[in-house]
Amino acid sequence: MADTLKSDATVSEGLDRRRFLTWVMASPTLMIAARLGLDVPEAEAAKPPEGATTALSLYLAVQTDGRIVTTLPRTEMGQGITTAVAMLVAEELDMALDRVDVRSADADPRWAIQLTGLSSTMRFLTGPLRAAAAEARARLVTAAALRWRVLAHTLTTAHGVVSAPDGRRAGYGELAEDAARVLLPAVSSQPRPVSRFKLVGQPTGRIDARDIVTGATRYALDLDIPEALPTVVARPPTLRGTVQSVDDASARTMPGVVAVVPLGTGVAVVARTFGQALAARAALRITWTPGPASALSDADIRTRLRDSIGPRPLPPLFTTRTLEGRFDFPYLAHATMETQSCLARVQGGQAEVWLGAQDPKYAQREVARALGWELTPWRVTVHITRAGGGFGRRFFTEAAVEAALVSRAIGRPVKLMWSRDDDMRHGHFRPASHHRILAYLGPGGRVLGWHHRAAIPTVEFPHGFGDAITALAGEVLPEVTSAVFFALSQKLPYGFGWVSHELRDVAIPIPTASFRSVFTSQVGVSNEVFVDELARELQVDPVALRRERLTSNRLKAVLDKVATEGQWGRSLPPGVAQGVAVLEEWDSAIAHLIEVDVTGGTPRVLRIVIAADVGLPINPKGIEAQLQGAAVDAMSTTLSAGIHIDAGTVREGSFADYRWMRMKHVPSDIQVHLVRSDDRVGGVGELGYPSAAAALTNAIARARGSMPTRFPILDEGV
Amino acid sequence: MAAHQFILNGQTVSVEAPEDLSLLWVLRDVLGVTGPKYGCGVGVCGACTSHLDGEAFRPCIHPVGGLSGREVVTIEGLGAQGLHPVQQAWMDEDVAQCGFCQPGQIMAAVALLKKNAQPSDADIDAAMSDNVCRCGTYVRIRAAIKRAALLLRSGAGGG
Ligand code: FES
Ligand code: FES
Repeated sequence: MADTLKSDATVSEGLDRRRFLTWVMASPTLMIAARLGLDVPEAEAAKPPEGATTALSLYLAVQTDGRIVTTLPRTEMGQGITTAVAMLVAEELDMALDRVDVRSADADPRWAIQLTGLSSTMRFLTGPLRAAAAEARARLVTAAALRWRVLAHTLTTAHGVVSAPDGRRAGYGELAEDAARVLLPAVSSQPRPVSRFKLVGQPTGRIDARDIVTGATRYALDLDIPEALPTVVARPPTLRGTVQSVDDASARTMPGVVAVVPLGTGVAVVARTFGQALAARAALRITWTPGPASALSDADIRTRLRDSIGPRPLPPLFTTRTLEGRFDFPYLAHATMETQSCLARVQGGQAEVWLGAQDPKYAQREVARALGWELTPWRVTVHITRAGGGFGRRFFTEAAVEAALVSRAIGRPVKLMWSRDDDMRHGHFRPASHHRILAYLGPGGRVLGWHHRAAIPTVEFPHGFGDAITALAGEVLPEVTSAVFFALSQKLPYGFGWVSHELRDVAIPIPTASFRSVFTSQVGVSNEVFVDELARELQVDPVALRRERLTSNRLKAVLDKVATEGQWGRSLPPGVAQGVAVLEEWDSAIAHLIEVDVTGGTPRVLRIVIAADVGLPINPKGIEAQLQGAAVDAMSTTLSAGIHIDAGTVREGSFADYRWMRMKHVPSDIQVHLVRSDDRVGGVGELGYPSAAAALTNAIARARGSMPTRFPILDEGV
Repeated sequence: MAAHQFILNGQTVSVEAPEDLSLLWVLRDVLGVTGPKYGCGVGVCGACTSHLDGEAFRPCIHPVGGLSGREVVTIEGLGAQGLHPVQQAWMDEDVAQCGFCQPGQIMAAVALLKKNAQPSDADIDAAMSDNVCRCGTYVRIRAAIKRAALLLRSGAGGG
């Protein structure tokens, strides 16, 4: 990837005011790379970046068949980024959406941020994408002008074709080679203004829909890698238990079994089919050493978390009354529909793995380390496949490590799959937590302070968050820990005087990971539930209280929208009530209004109304899907799904007992209204969870007359 | 190991496999038919849902042994010419997110509409509640089933 030329572009219009560098990569056809130019001093901007060390954001290639292939350091897990990216490219290049392909890049140190999470993809890539696509268009037009010896600015582009006033036409594919040799574009390479967008902002179906509905989509285990053998791993009953001894005599003689390979995490069985591997796995006789959490059960964990909260701090001056709320949240499994899985081929000092990882570079490091290649990680190639859901679970890559070890041991490629109970019982969990919120009231119902202390087992971020976190922090942080992330992400959008959020990091030997919304899934949810309690205490309407005390106009606007669309305060039969909640995060703002019926014992959600301000909605359909999905997550984990620990063992083993919402539990309408305050691109992936969970809890509190404080609510027994 | 002969997506296939090997693995590992997904292996998630003699069934808990002469259709065999109306409705409603559960959801929906041309919300709840979608696409699945019902009644053919 030697680089030959470059120009920079400034994307205007509030969409993204940062500068992006684009440059032409050495290639027979036109290939444009882009990256954020923030850190590049003005004087440097004239020199091409150093090829091998340049931090890339993305690149796109114009093929001779006229298709544009965009390569991203991001993973499609269902969040619809490939469609949003294709829309931006098609928009700038005046071409049909179905002529744009979007691929996930292999792990490569040259990518500035190769990590999919923190609702960051579109926030970070929109600017560089537009800059690269606009640059490509300018060069294609220039190539046509040179070929036809006409002035470039007289040419137009439409449907992937450059046209001259005299009627001459050339497709992008025909110009792709010439365009690669254009020295300087003769027309502007500025991205077009938002006001001229034709496709971006229109509800658009996913580009991968046809493959999905015909069963053609390939996830890791669907790839056709010749001779890759099905592999499963017998795992300990307790979390992080280890193998003491194994008797594999009868397993080895079972039909189809190819090999039994002991691993640190368990014992792998390789067979001709997964069915045979699973049967042989069941026939292994293994003595396990219990894991480090084997003395811990739910009640102990809850006690440890509660005990970490400590005494109350001194209240602010003039406090006349202190309200206290306590909340308990459970461990949660990500339970992605596609279990952890990976294909691996380790041969002759080289390894190749295929998986849907959220952090490919971490996967590369982990596999290299397991193979003893820490110093030569480039011997491991990580190919990124589409993932069947991620939600934070796929930052971890145990399946890749196991697959690589087994492949090396047997000298053949393997496809390793975690069974559903492996996936449920040996996950990295959203940690349980205990919260104490103190609201300090002064004379005349003034709120003088808000003190939230959360006791949460350490969340593991071994992968770090790269540059994504710097956007949150406003400064460069080398190592992101649980505490730092907490401090950066937790805010209260109300004028409640002296506000403080404190984290009590509790060491509990149960594996953890970030989960959709990270700490906000607990801290943000309990805050919004307690705001309703405050409203009850002050005897004011919860919408009125929020309207009055919110410090953000964007939040007020989305709150008003759900109050209007959801007819806040309309008369409802006994046992049915509405609840609201709001959240501002990831440069976006959202409000939920939820109606719930508690007359049947088990709360039933009747209606969900969502209003979101995500700035420029690149694909409103994709945003709607993300927000509807997050609402289902929130319903599931608020009402019925939680992980229970019994003596270091996870009780839930499948969707039969991890009670995620089903068709019959979900209302037939989850309305999404988009409110647009400006053209910045806000995050969407995690936005929709916290205020949905809080609004549902608030609705139940209003319907029942008492505030739920322990989740999932059905654990309390109804 | 015996040879098992059955009809798969309109073609007669013969596979050598142990009697008790579940059809899901015969499809995926022996025949390379990867549309049906593994989500649980015990019949509780619906990710593998396909059709046996025209009815929805779960290949993960169905041994290949009892299949002789019977007819299996997977997502790959739906809509022999172009898209089946249910697949079309799925695209029109932009149902999928990660997509992993969707072959199973579509096969369950096709089976429902075969028996019940105009399913009510309660019918949809009853027929579809054993198919988990972890991404939470239920609202759009419901809408797509209703849309497909209309398409089928208006004679859009297919399937
Ligand atoms: S894999 Fe067959 S029902 Fe879950
Ligand atoms: S679309 Fe992801 S599980 Fe249904």
